[in-house]
Amino acid sequence: MSSRLLPSRGVLCALPIALLTVVPLLVVLSSLLDPQAEVWSHLLDYVLPGVLWNTLLLVVGVGAGVLLLGVPLAWLTAVCTFPGRRFFGWALMLPLAMPAYVLAFVQVGLLDFTGPVQTLLRSAFGTSAWFPQIRSTGGVILVLSMAFYPYVYLLARNAFLTQGRRAIEAAQTLGMSRRRAFFVVAVPMARPWLIGGVTLALMETLADFGTVSIFNFDTFTTAIYKAWFALFNLPAASQLASLLVMFVLMLVALEQWGRGARSYQVRSAHAERIALHGRLRWLATLWCGTVLLLAFVVPMMQLLVWVKGVWADDFDARYPAFIGRSLLLAVMAALLVTLLALVLAYARRRYRDAGTHWLVRLATLGYAVPGTVLAVGVFIPVAWLDNVLLAALRPFGLEALAIFKGTLAVMLLALAARFLAVGFQPVDTAMQRITRSQEEAARSLGLNGRQVAARLYLPLLRGGLLSAALLVFVDVLKEMPITLMTRAFGWDTLAVRVFEMTSEGMWDRAALPSLFIVLAGLVPVVLLIRKTES
Amino acid sequence: MKQLVLVPLAAALLAGLAYAESVTVYSARNEQLIKPLFDAFTKDTGIEVKVLTDKEGPLMERLKAEGTNSPADMLITVDAGNLWQAGKQGLLKPIESKTLNENVPAHLRDPKGEWYGLSIRARTIFYNPATVKPADLSTYEDLADPKWQGKLCLRTSKKVYNQSLVAMMIAQYGEPKTEKIVRGWVANLAAPVFADDTKMLEAIAAGQCQVGVANSYYYGRIVAKDPKFPVKLFWANQNAGGVHVNVSGAGVTRYAKNEKGAIKLIEWLSGDKAQNLYADKDMEFPVNPKVKPDDLVAGWGPFKPSIINMSKAGELQGKATQLMDRAGYK
Repeated sequence: MSSRLLPSRGVLCALPIALLTVVPLLVVLSSLLDPQAEVWSHLLDYVLPGVLWNTLLLVVGVGAGVLLLGVPLAWLTAVCTFPGRRFFGWALMLPLAMPAYVLAFVQVGLLDFTGPVQTLLRSAFGTSAWFPQIRSTGGVILVLSMAFYPYVYLLARNAFLTQGRRAIEAAQTLGMSRRRAFFVVAVPMARPWLIGGVTLALMETLADFGTVSIFNFDTFTTAIYKAWFALFNLPAASQLASLLVMFVLMLVALEQWGRGARSYQVRSAHAERIALHGRLRWLATLWCGTVLLLAFVVPMMQLLVWVKGVWADDFDARYPAFIGRSLLLAVMAALLVTLLALVLAYARRRYRDAGTHWLVRLATLGYAVPGTVLAVGVFIPVAWLDNVLLAALRPFGLEALAIFKGTLAVMLLALAARFLAVGFQPVDTAMQRITRSQEEAARSLGLNGRQVAARLYLPLLRGGLLSAALLVFVDVLKEMPITLMTRAFGWDTLAVRVFEMTSEGMWDRAALPSLFIVLAGLVPVVLLIRKTES
Repeated sequence: MKQLVLVPLAAALLAGLAYAESVTVYSARNEQLIKPLFDAFTKDTGIEVKVLTDKEGPLMERLKAEGTNSPADMLITVDAGNLWQAGKQGLLKPIESKTLNENVPAHLRDPKGEWYGLSIRARTIFYNPATVKPADLSTYEDLADPKWQGKLCLRTSKKVYNQSLVAMMIAQYGEPKTEKIVRGWVANLAAPVFADDTKMLEAIAAGQCQVGVANSYYYGRIVAKDPKFPVKLFWANQNAGGVHVNVSGAGVTRYAKNEKGAIKLIEWLSGDKAQNLYADKDMEFPVNPKVKPDDLVAGWGPFKPSIINMSKAGELQGKATQLMDRAGYK
C-alpha cells in the first residue's frame, strides 16, 4: 500500500524535466484567479468568437495542409524512383530552415495586389480583380502549410524508409493494388509518425505570432498579445493563455487517442523501390519541384535580391560573432534537448503509469505557448531567484546585480522548455520501433543495461535522435523571444538581428541575418538526410 | 562547457564592479537607430553605454521582475503609450531637468517628469496624386466620409501607432464621436487592413486605394530610395487640432544605479547635436524646436502638430483598442 504513495521511478525521471516547462507556465497562469470582468466581457463580445473560429480553421487547415504536402512527398522520395529522387530527398527538407515569417512576408509581397504577379496581370489584362486575396484565411493556411510540412515530411520519411516498401510488398502479394496498399497499409502503419509531425506543426501554428501578424489574421496568440500589450491587462492575457494551454492538452489527448493502444513495432527490412513509369515519373518530379520552388527557392531568391541591396551597408565585422553565437546556442540546445527527450521517451516506454505519462505530456507543452509568454514566464522565476540569492549574499560583500540572469545555462534551459516537444516526437516514435522481443532477446543473451543501450537502443534510435537534434537546431536558430529575453548584454545572435530589422518593418535589411540563418540551417539538413538515405 | 556558462556570469559580475562610468539602457528602439548615438555620447563624455533591445512589453516585464536588482538606468520606447504605461506601473522615476524642460516642448513630455520625448513621429494622410487632389483632403475624420468608400487603406489596429492615434482622437472628440469615425473608416476600406505602413503606402501607389494614414518616416524611407514614388504627403487637421504626433522617448528607471549618468544621457540626446542624429537616422522630426529636420523631411513643409499632452495616448490606449474592436477595425 505504501508503495502506491511513492512516486514511481518514471515520475522521478520525468519530473525535473517537466518542471522546466511547468514552472514558467505556472508563473504565467498564476494571475488566473484575478478576474477581469470588464476586459473579459469585451473579449467575449468582440474578440473571442472571431479568434476561436479563426484558430479552429487554422488548426484544421494547416493540419490537412501539412499532411497533404508532407505524406505524398515523403512517400515519393522514400519508396519510389523518379528523376531527381535523390536530390528531392534532402532538398524538400530545406523549407525547414526558412523562418515562417520570412516565407510569409515574401509570399504576401509576391502575390498581393502590389506584388509583381498581380502587377503583371494588370499590365496584360487591365485588371487583377479576379486574383484571389492572399491576405485571407486560405492564404495564411497555404503559407503555414508550406512552412511546417517538413515536420511531417521528415517523420513520415523515417517511417516509410524503414517499413513502407516491405509492407507494400506484403500487401501486394496478398493481391492488393498499389494505391490501395498505400492507403490501407502504409499510411496507417506510419500513423504515430504522421501524428507526431502534425502535432509539431499544429503546436507551432498555435504559438505563432510573426506569420499570422503579416497576414493580420487574428488567432488566440494575437488575442493574448492584444490583452497584454495593448490593453495592458496581464491577468486577462494569462487567462487567455491558459485557455490556449487547455486547447493544446485536448489536442494532445486526441493525439494519444489517434495513436491508439496498438503498438507499431515493425522490423526494418530492405525491399525494392517502386519504380514509377511513364507520365507518372515526371509528374512526381514536377510535384516535388513545385513545392520546393514555392516553399524555398522563391523566398530564397527574394532574400538574395534584398541582401544584394544591403550587403555593402550592413555586413560588418560583428557578423562572425553573430553567426558563432547562433551556432553555439543551436548546437548546445540541440544536444541538451535531444538528451532530455531521450530520457523522457525512455521513461515513458519503461514506466507505464499515468503520472509519468502526464509529466511527459506537460514537459512538451512549451512548444504550443506563444514565445513571448514563455519567455516572460522563464524570466520571472530566474529574476526572483537572483533577487533572493543576492539579498542573502549581500551581507557577505557580494556586489552584483545578477547570478543566473544572462547566463548561457538559463538560456539553454529556457530553450529546452520551448523545444522539448520538437525533440521528443522523433525520439519517441523511434523508440516505438524497438520491439519488446528484441529487448528481451538482448537481455536473455546476458547483455547488461549499458550493453543493451549501446548495441540495441542507440543503433535503432539513431535516425530519431538525429531528426530531433536537427529540428531543434534549426528551430533555435530561428527563435526570437526567448533569445531576446534571456541573453546577456551584447550577446546578440542572428535571430536578434532579424528582430532589430523586422520590428521597424525593414524587411530588406532583415534579409541579411535571415540568409545566414537559412545557410546555417542547411548544413545539418543535408547531413541528416544523407545519413538516413538508403 | 563550464567556461561557456561561467564567462557570461563573470562578465555580469564584473559589470557590477567596473570602475569606468557606464549607463545601461533597455531599448525598444532598434539597435541600428540608437547605437550610433550612444557611440557619439561615449566619445563626447567618456561614459560608456550598454544597451539591451527587446519589445516594450518584455522589457517592462523584465524591469518588474528584476526590481531593485535591475541593471537598467534608462528605458527607451518608440511610442508615448508605452512610456506612460511604464510610468503607471512604477517602473520610472520622475526627474527634474532644466535642460530637458527647455529642449522638449511641454506636450511631448510627462507632466510629472517621468519620461521625455526625443523624436517626433508624425502620422498623417498620404494620397495618390493621380486620383486625389489635395483640396479633397482635410482631416482624419473626413476619411470616414462615404465619399471615400472603397478608396481608403489603413494599417492594422494592432499597431500601437493606430492605438495612439485613436486614443488622441478620443481625447479630442470623446468616445462616441470617435467610434463613429472609426466605423466610417472601416466602411470605406478598399482592402483588408495592412500589417505595416510600407505595404500600405505601396498599395496607394499601385492604385489599390487612393488615400491612407501612415507615419511619415516610412514614406521617407521609400522616397529616399525612389524619388518618383507616386504618393504624396498631406498634413492632416491643419485647421482642426493639428497632425497626430507620437514620440519615441526615454525615462530614468525607478532603481537606476547611475541616475546622474542616465539624466546626462537623456539631456545629451535632447541637445542640438544628438537631435539631428536621432531624428535623421530614421527621418523623424527632432523634438527640440531649435533643431531643423533632415532636408528631405523638411521638404514636406512645416505643419501644425496636435498639442494635446502625449500622456493621453497611454491613458486612453486601452479604451482606443476596445473601441476599434467594437468598430470592427481589425
